[in-house]
Amino acid sequence: MSVKTFRQAINEALHQEMERDPTVILIGEDIVGGHGGSAKKPGSSGGMMGVTAGLYQKFGERRVIDTPISESAIMGAAAGAALTGLRPVAEMMFVDFFGVCFDQIYNQAAKFRYMFGGNARTPMVIRAMTGAGLVCAAQHSQALWPIFTHIPGLKVVLPSCAYDAKGLLAQAIRDDDPVIFLEHKLLYDTQDEVPDEPYTIPFGEAKITREGADVTIVAFGRMVQLANQVADKLKGTISVEVVDPRTTSPLDTDVIVESVAHTGRLVAVDEANPMCNLASEVISVVALNALASLKAAPRKISAPHTPVPASPVLEKLYVPSTGQIEAAVREVMAA
Amino acid sequence: MELSKSELLRAYRLMKTIREFESRISREFEAGTVPGFTHLYLGQEAVATGICMHLTDEDYISSTHRGHGHCIAKGCDVRKMALELWCKRDGLCRGKGGSMHIADISKGMLGANAIVGAGAPLALGAALTAKTLGKPNVSVTFGGDGATNQGTVFESMNFAVVLKLPVIFAVENNGYGEHTGIAYHLGAKDIASRAAAFGMPAVMVDGTDFFAVYDAMGEATARARSGAGPSTIECVAPRWRGHFEGDAQAYRDLTEIKELRERKDCLKLFRERVREDKKLEAHEMDRVDLDVLALIDEAVEAAKVAPHPTPEDLLTDVYVSY
Repeated sequence: MSVKTFRQAINEALHQEMERDPTVILIGEDIVGGHGGSAKKPGSSGGMMGVTAGLYQKFGERRVIDTPISESAIMGAAAGAALTGLRPVAEMMFVDFFGVCFDQIYNQAAKFRYMFGGNARTPMVIRAMTGAGLVCAAQHSQALWPIFTHIPGLKVVLPSCAYDAKGLLAQAIRDDDPVIFLEHKLLYDTQDEVPDEPYTIPFGEAKITREGADVTIVAFGRMVQLANQVADKLKGTISVEVVDPRTTSPLDTDVIVESVAHTGRLVAVDEANPMCNLASEVISVVALNALASLKAAPRKISAPHTPVPASPVLEKLYVPSTGQIEAAVREVMAA
Repeated sequence: MELSKSELLRAYRLMKTIREFESRISREFEAGTVPGFTHLYLGQEAVATGICMHLTDEDYISSTHRGHGHCIAKGCDVRKMALELWCKRDGLCRGKGGSMHIADISKGMLGANAIVGAGAPLALGAALTAKTLGKPNVSVTFGGDGATNQGTVFESMNFAVVLKLPVIFAVENNGYGEHTGIAYHLGAKDIASRAAAFGMPAVMVDGTDFFAVYDAMGEATARARSGAGPSTIECVAPRWRGHFEGDAQAYRDLTEIKELRERKDCLKLFRERVREDKKLEAHEMDRVDLDVLALIDEAVEAAKVAPHPTPEDLLTDVYVSY
């Protein structure tokens, strides 16, 4: 056990899964970097954010494969390789780039098993950077997990800390279904106690990151960290429970319903744009299963229904904040 | 490339099976017994056959919406195919795929595909598996002339060249992308030269001539198996039917089809050639004809009365784990 960053935890999971299983390969743009450059230093990048550093040096060009900038070809190659015996981990540098290759994911990989009558498996992982907060503007900052969550056949993972990132990524790689694994850019440098040995975390099992009795906050991805801060700040005055579903598909509705049945109050927090996002889904689940236990109308905190602005001033207003979450907690308590 | 007598008979049987299967589906469609949407391979039988005669079950193909011919040539069971076209529970895909998604992974058939151009990236993946695991296998992506205007195909051609993948792009130039003729939709003079511009060998052959397709595929396969990378074969074989069954084909002069049936019938051309070369006798092929007709009749009649999927089948096979 030692303290590791979110970035190191992901890198370690990739190392350990590649060591464990020779059919695991990595494929993407600049996950190696430096091929064909004048410095003649393949492996000099290790990903735009250094997440895949050292993997090329360790596992070589047969298993750590840089491609041309051709997202459809990458996603299709991963899907085809998964159908025929490999366990590819494909990197979509920024989640926003799904726009140029989504067919290969939602019409192909996600549907093979069903369309082929259960006679196929597609064990692939797509890793992608996600989320706002680094002044990356409208086409490099989105929170698109509601779109993936909507598609039957895909599993969607949204880790909120380094410990979960390592265990969930190992699970994703060993899983026999296509998995979208989303890494929030602002989490890469966050730190956590992370075991050195390999471990997995099952999908569809929410984690209660703070126990409480008055209000339930269900938060996703980076928003879990903000919810935890609010719970810690209010400790002693309002007892806040924080639920981190960790995967949006499958979604652990049992823990959400149990928590709200216990507290009677719900604040749902999702960085994604508000129409049909996971906060909406959580409120729907509670309305269907725990309506009678609600002491106040649920509150929903999300980004506004706008693209992500470039201006750091506007971006700060765009991303849900601890201030908004705290205000919502106080509102449901006052109701 | 010299073919033995049994190989020639196998080629003839495959082409004849495709011809009779598709002809029967056409009649059944007109009679209203086949559910859904279907696109037939009539006129192009020599392409799938000439290509797939070089492949084993460990070699993979990705197919198109016009995929029945590819299935048959790759060795899929015609009875299970018929069951799938009738969306029955014992079909190749348990009735959940139908004509446009028919697949048999155990035979290396990675699925018909209702998205034009989507099969090319998938074939890259199958080739990547072979390359990564050090196996001598190849993958083939079938795609029409229309599909070659998709970005996925351009991406895949460059990708395959850059990563030296054992892929063969089998382009089926059947003259039309849906209702639009190639004279309108293709900017380049032909597809082969465009493929060659990506840096791979690319040839154009008469896709109604089984032997021309077979020989070109022999070279492409040898190259791919040796690790030298991808090739493209543009097979010109105009389709005899519309884009889909029921297509009135108002965009087409119907004498064109009559002429194709008279002059560019790959089965007729094959029979003439093997008889001229004294490789097969007419009666040997006639016997195949009878076998094939009986098989297809049996397959279709069984499919019509076979059980449908059960209501429980609606919810299964979405995920492996639940």
